[in-house]
Amino acid sequence: MADHGPDKGIKRWLYTTNHKDIGTMYLIFSLVMFFIGGSMALVIRTELMQPGLQFVHPEFFNQMTTMHALIMVFGAVMPAFVGLANWMIPMMIGAPDMALPRMNNWSFWILPVAFGILLSTLFMPGGAPASGWTMYPPLVLQTGDAFPFLIFSVHLMGISSIMGAINIIVTILNMRAPDMWLLKMPMFVWTWLITAYLLIAVMPVLAGAVTMLLTDQFFGTSFFLAAGGGDPVMFQHIFWFFGHPEVYIMILPAFGVVSEIIPTFSRKPLFGHDSMVYAASCIAFLSFIVWAHHMFTVGMPLSGQLFFMFATMLIAVPTGVKIFNWIGTMWRGSLTFETPMLFALAFVFLFTIGGFSGVMLAMVPADIQYHDSYFVVAHFHYVLVPGSIFSLFAAAYYWLPKWTGHMYNETAGKLHFWLSTFFVNLTFFPMHFLGLAGMPRRIPDYSTQFADFNWMASVGAIGFGLSQLIFVYVLLTCKKGAKATDRVWEAPKGLEWTVPSPAPYHTFDTPPVKRVAQEAFE
Amino acid sequence: MSHADERYYVPHDSHWPIVGSIGLLFLMVGVSTWLNGADLGFWVMMGGVAVIVTMMIGWFGAVIGESQGGLYNAQVDKSFRMGMFWFIFSEVMFFCAFFGALFYARNMSIPWLGGESNNFFTNLLLWNGYESAWPTNGPGEVGGDFETMGPFGLPLINTAILLTSSVTVTIAHHALIAGQRKILSTFLALTFLLGFIFVYLQAVEYIHAYQDLNLKLTSGIYGSTFFMLTGFHGMHVTIGAIMLFIIWLRVVKGHFTPQSHFGFEAVAWYWHFVDVVWVGLYVFVYWM
Repeated sequence: MADHGPDKGIKRWLYTTNHKDIGTMYLIFSLVMFFIGGSMALVIRTELMQPGLQFVHPEFFNQMTTMHALIMVFGAVMPAFVGLANWMIPMMIGAPDMALPRMNNWSFWILPVAFGILLSTLFMPGGAPASGWTMYPPLVLQTGDAFPFLIFSVHLMGISSIMGAINIIVTILNMRAPDMWLLKMPMFVWTWLITAYLLIAVMPVLAGAVTMLLTDQFFGTSFFLAAGGGDPVMFQHIFWFFGHPEVYIMILPAFGVVSEIIPTFSRKPLFGHDSMVYAASCIAFLSFIVWAHHMFTVGMPLSGQLFFMFATMLIAVPTGVKIFNWIGTMWRGSLTFETPMLFALAFVFLFTIGGFSGVMLAMVPADIQYHDSYFVVAHFHYVLVPGSIFSLFAAAYYWLPKWTGHMYNETAGKLHFWLSTFFVNLTFFPMHFLGLAGMPRRIPDYSTQFADFNWMASVGAIGFGLSQLIFVYVLLTCKKGAKATDRVWEAPKGLEWTVPSPAPYHTFDTPPVKRVAQEAFE
Repeated sequence: MSHADERYYVPHDSHWPIVGSIGLLFLMVGVSTWLNGADLGFWVMMGGVAVIVTMMIGWFGAVIGESQGGLYNAQVDKSFRMGMFWFIFSEVMFFCAFFGALFYARNMSIPWLGGESNNFFTNLLLWNGYESAWPTNGPGEVGGDFETMGPFGLPLINTAILLTSSVTVTIAHHALIAGQRKILSTFLALTFLLGFIFVYLQAVEYIHAYQDLNLKLTSGIYGSTFFMLTGFHGMHVTIGAIMLFIIWLRVVKGHFTPQSHFGFEAVAWYWHFVDVVWVGLYVFVYWM
């Protein structure tokens, strides 16, 4: 029951039902994947440092772009946010653990299997998948022996995500402390509630899409074969019906993290809490009706182009509400700039740049120019790296003292922040210019006119990669840091700050009494 | 009942999830190597299936034991219910992908292959002479001439069987709440028997399609959508009927009380879900 402690040795990690153990495993797994996927990005940037073919075969280059994306999306960003959800949601809502703890263990332990299978394809005849993470037919059907392994590893990632999302949604809806009604929930919990809904809605659609690829390849179906009455473009529609909500799955929890951190270091409550909830819900709803903006150049009726263009632009409204509210929170606040706040502030600035280029890409006539160019690469890396990844660093620095009971090394943290911010811009900002000038993505060679900006981007990428070693240093030296107090920061809000640092193995044995909850929220 | 004055329940550790992951590893690696042409892969796959079946028996057995032992409180019961609801929602979305493929083919890709919208030259240059129609196996006539399965006959009988089974499972549920165990076990048995009869008739229908109608999985987009939709549905009916059978065994053993019978309800919900999917299938695949 609630008083039992952790098992000894490896059994603790294999058999655990504890949300903190599972959250830790998720976070470490995603960090490992972050470095593996990052190394692949460095292979790409090393090859692109100069025009001409230098280091790798074009075929291997394509494998690197594909694997980099699959690993970063499904192996690094998503599991990292699930890890944060595991650690923080039960503490934030006053629950003892996740609602379905054994399934929680399984949804983690499927991931090493899925990524073991995916990474093993690098050593197979024909190499790893090389058709891009979007797996468009008919190109993906030319994959070698790796093909069924790719399909089934995607299935496993889907099963893991769906089980994780079911667990999170049930935990939030059923395990809240008695007086924490829905609109009183912290923003991180709210954004994860919406994210979990998106996950359960779209991961099965991805499973369906890749199942059709599998049967087209091995069982003679004609889903994506025009001769049989199917259509390769149909795959793109089904894939992006998953794919667009997927990008919000990777950013909504980031919004939640930033909405926790900015109030703490502004020493003011979050401005417009309820409007943040409605904005996130609007973004989630709109995410289901904008998917074809990824496909403007593939051919669709004019009415379709107009609908998807305007629906996409509408997303700027709720996103603008969120940016406005973060700035409103800081307005006349008493600001300090510890590492989590620095990452959160950079998030607001740099994510907004990615948002602006997103609105540009939403315009059909402009998109026909930008499509499949480095402008698109710049756009989605701006929302994903200084967006999602920066929010993950912010969250790690913010809650690390609560997790470990020790303060991290603030100087190293700040160094990590400044180097990351400098190099991330050096890497991705020139890509805007490359794309506008016409450099296509996913090609290992380029015209000599693009040489200078590519060299800058490659130097930036190597610098960014090396800077992340500082984060590992911070994690490894955290145990030596000063003892953290229960509240850790000067004025944080939320139930997680009412329990000791490090948080006990089971945070709450009984539902926290009203007094505790009120103290934390008023 | 308020859970506020109770202690929270947290289950103890379990080795079943990691066993399940190992089973999935063998299953996925086995089926992949088998599809790539290695016969050994088939046996690896079956090994994985065996591990997963063992895991399910062990895991569900442990949960049933804990439930019978009275370890679970109202909050745990509610978590299970919500979990089952969202699981069924994810299944619905899985079927949506295949229904989406059907609607897209019928309303978009096939008319376009026939030259509609701005696709005049697609038709003229690539598929000259192809006129869009449904059912179709496409301009390449993939799989050769075929006939379709009409809405009457076996499919109608199967519709009646599934709808009846939804009624019988509801009668069983009411009997469970009223404490009438005899009616409960009779109507539950009737439900899973109807389920297995449905699966049997579906197999008869498939054999008829393959042998007499030349309607195969390889019959272009019609065959693809027909067999994938009805096939995945049939798979779910099979799983549902097996679950009903296990629930029936538990009823015979005296499990479930009028107050606490999550296992029964979860299976009943699942059964209604396969029933509703069938109605969609009957309308859009067989009838329209």
